[in-house]
Amino acid sequence: MSETFTLSINGIQVTARKGQTLLEVARKHGIDIPTICYHPATQSNGLCRMCVVEVEGMRLLQPACVVPAQAEMKVRTDSPRVHRARKTILEMLASTADLSEAPEIQRMMQAYQADPSRFPEAEPRHIPPIDDNPMYVREYSKCILCWRCVQICAEDAQYTYAINFSGRGYHTRIDTFYGLPMTATTCVFCGQCVGVCPTDALEPKSEYLLEQGKYPFPFR
Amino acid sequence: MSDIASLIHPYLSHGRSGLLPALQAVQAEYGWISQEQAAEIARLLHVPLAEVHGVIEFYDLLHNKPRKKRTLHVCTDAACSLRGADQRLRDLSADPTLAVKTDPGEELQVEPSPCLGLCDHAPAMVLENGWEWRILGSNGEWMDRPLSLVGGTVRRITVRCGNGRTSLSAYGGYRAWNRAQQLSPQQVIDEVKASGLFGRGGAAFPTGLKWESAARAEGWPKYVVCNADESEPGTFKDRLLLADDPHLVLEGMRIAAYAVGASKGYIYLRGEYAYLRPILEQALREAQEAGLLDGFEVEIRMGAGAYICGEETALFESIEGKRGFPRIKPPFPTTHGLFNKPTVINNVETLANVPFIIEHGAAAYRELGSEKSPGSKLFCLSGDVAQPGIYEAPFGITLKELLEMAGGMAEGGSPQAILLGGAAGAFATPRHLDIRLTYEDLRQASLTLGSGVVMVFDQRRDLRQVLLKIGRFFAHESCGKCYPCQMGTRRQAEILERLASGRLLPGDRERLEDVGWTMSDASLCGLGQTAAMAVLSAIKEWPELFTPS
Ligand SMILES: Cc1cc2nc3c(=O)[nH]c(=O)nc-3n(C[C@H](O)[C@H](O)[C@H](O)COP(=O)(O)O)c2cc1C
Ligand code: SF4
Ligand code: SF4
Repeated sequence: MSETFTLSINGIQVTARKGQTLLEVARKHGIDIPTICYHPATQSNGLCRMCVVEVEGMRLLQPACVVPAQAEMKVRTDSPRVHRARKTILEMLASTADLSEAPEIQRMMQAYQADPSRFPEAEPRHIPPIDDNPMYVREYSKCILCWRCVQICAEDAQYTYAINFSGRGYHTRIDTFYGLPMTATTCVFCGQCVGVCPTDALEPKSEYLLEQGKYPFPFR
Repeated sequence: MSDIASLIHPYLSHGRSGLLPALQAVQAEYGWISQEQAAEIARLLHVPLAEVHGVIEFYDLLHNKPRKKRTLHVCTDAACSLRGADQRLRDLSADPTLAVKTDPGEELQVEPSPCLGLCDHAPAMVLENGWEWRILGSNGEWMDRPLSLVGGTVRRITVRCGNGRTSLSAYGGYRAWNRAQQLSPQQVIDEVKASGLFGRGGAAFPTGLKWESAARAEGWPKYVVCNADESEPGTFKDRLLLADDPHLVLEGMRIAAYAVGASKGYIYLRGEYAYLRPILEQALREAQEAGLLDGFEVEIRMGAGAYICGEETALFESIEGKRGFPRIKPPFPTTHGLFNKPTVINNVETLANVPFIIEHGAAAYRELGSEKSPGSKLFCLSGDVAQPGIYEAPFGITLKELLEMAGGMAEGGSPQAILLGGAAGAFATPRHLDIRLTYEDLRQASLTLGSGVVMVFDQRRDLRQVLLKIGRFFAHESCGKCYPCQMGTRRQAEILERLASGRLLPGDRERLEDVGWTMSDASLCGLGQTAAMAVLSAIKEWPELFTPS
């Protein structure tokens, strides 16, 4: 039995085990902390910062997905600072990526009263769809850079390393070696990246074709 | 051996960590890295193809598309743009021969650059030609190394700067290192702790505590890293120390290594400072031959055009051959640093303070400065001062005295705003001229000294243009890892474009504040956490600038 202790979240005393993150502890006790990049199958990298919370004694907001719970911590998951950060992140996301097939993020936008057109004249990340293999289509205009596909393709599961990044900063995108078509990479078409993609940026080809109003299979 | 194999031969034994030097070697030879060459490097170093591509793509100075071999980097950042850099870039882009008529040869491309660390030579330009980099001075003369104006009220760490001699014999031996060897490592640490020395890289962390933590950490080998990535706009003090007194920095590293028990050291030199590399290599050779570095191997690594790689954990990633993504802290470098081993990383100027402390003792060190900010500091004065340059002065000097030292305002102007701490810093105003420059006084005034930048703007300047430069800088340099900064630096820059062109929309000020506070509060690393400092300080000081017309 590993060491347990108590801490307070939103004024409620909760118990935690050593090694648990604040996110794990909160969720176990039914306290909601929103996340976007977090996925149980991939390593948490603290990218989306939606899970930030206020911890007494810390100057900056803390990402609950990676911060370990500690005895006597005083955590607030819903302070005005937290709310402002989450709402602004969502508004920026809506001005950046096509979220039309990301229902979870849309629900969060409603919950935080985030205005999808908060940033007029903002340049979205517009990238034409890439349809270069029989299995899935890549629509990086929908990509929110959660890194799940890159990680699942590499150390987090598949060890295939077919995809990585190009560019930097706002213009970062998921890419293959020198932009080669998927069929010319080490991709083994296991489909795991498609499975973890939260926004349909990676979409099975059959679904994509149906959306385009095309029948996905050739007539016999 | 393939062509590539022979070119990157020295790095093959480094594995993944050899990736950047290998890419740099191939590019120095060919001017860019082709798909076939990248694939060969990937094969030889056992790095996945997509990751090699990802690394090339991250760094401004690495290229995966054909281009001319030589590049003229024209600084268009704040200090240089005050001296006509933007017009110069336009002229040169139209006709590159304007710049290089003294040096005919292959064609070259002209590119705008973030601050080149040559603010005292504004408007600054550097010519890249493979491994060879040369500075083009403002009077059109070529320089193999920058000549620097060194002034100030004390000459403690700049004592040998400006005399043009960098040999070991001119340095006169490693006296402090000799003394250190008569002490135990713990005694060295205690002396540094007693001196009150804190980091000069921007975060002002107590150096002795850092060393102690690394000394106590489990793990082997341990590393000492000299952070010579100096890329904060307006900062050029490390350039001076490295160019004019490299042995001082090496001696500081040697003592740090002894104190923490490190067997290997790295100097991570900013890519755009490539002209300093021969000076460092020469000093390293001399020190090695004199046996001064026995038991401590030092390697020079070149950055490749990424401000974020000055952030300590991003710098480690870069040495490890990866994209410069900062890591989540904790764990801290002193326990899990380079290659996940205990590491001390210090700024060049921090290390340059160490020999004095060990040779003369903490009490002598504390004769300058204040109780909480002991010692002296290098201030980088740029912008509208009569004599831009590096000035050494004790902590506690006032802004006014510093400006007087630099010959006062250029062309008889009067100060409107003073950017303290660089792009990541905040604006001071004439009201702050009597403030004492110590960490404690500045913190009280919600200002920061950062790396020592004092960039002065006179009353003629349009601060909205300055803010735009800052906004563009961060949008260009964000690594893109975490959402607040990846998108926030971009949204901030877009609004600042509107501000600078007089097209502010209703609500833009609130947008800047929401984006700014979100970046400051929720970003993963110091870049995002400071990317809105200057803007937020300007909103506070000059709210009228942010009202839509
Ligand atoms: C975006 C960013 C850029 C930085 N650039 C530098 C740099 O160029 N040189 C430097 O010494 N420290 C830089 N730092 C600070 C380093 O992370 C680190 O704190 C410093 O090297 C520690 O050395 P010190 O304690 O001697 O100051 C930077 C930090 C951030 C967040
Ligand atoms: S493609 Fe999908 S899984 Fe990959 S980073 Fe983008 S949103 Fe995440
Ligand atoms: S704050 Fe900016 S530079 Fe730092 S990790 Fe986040 S995106 Fe990268």
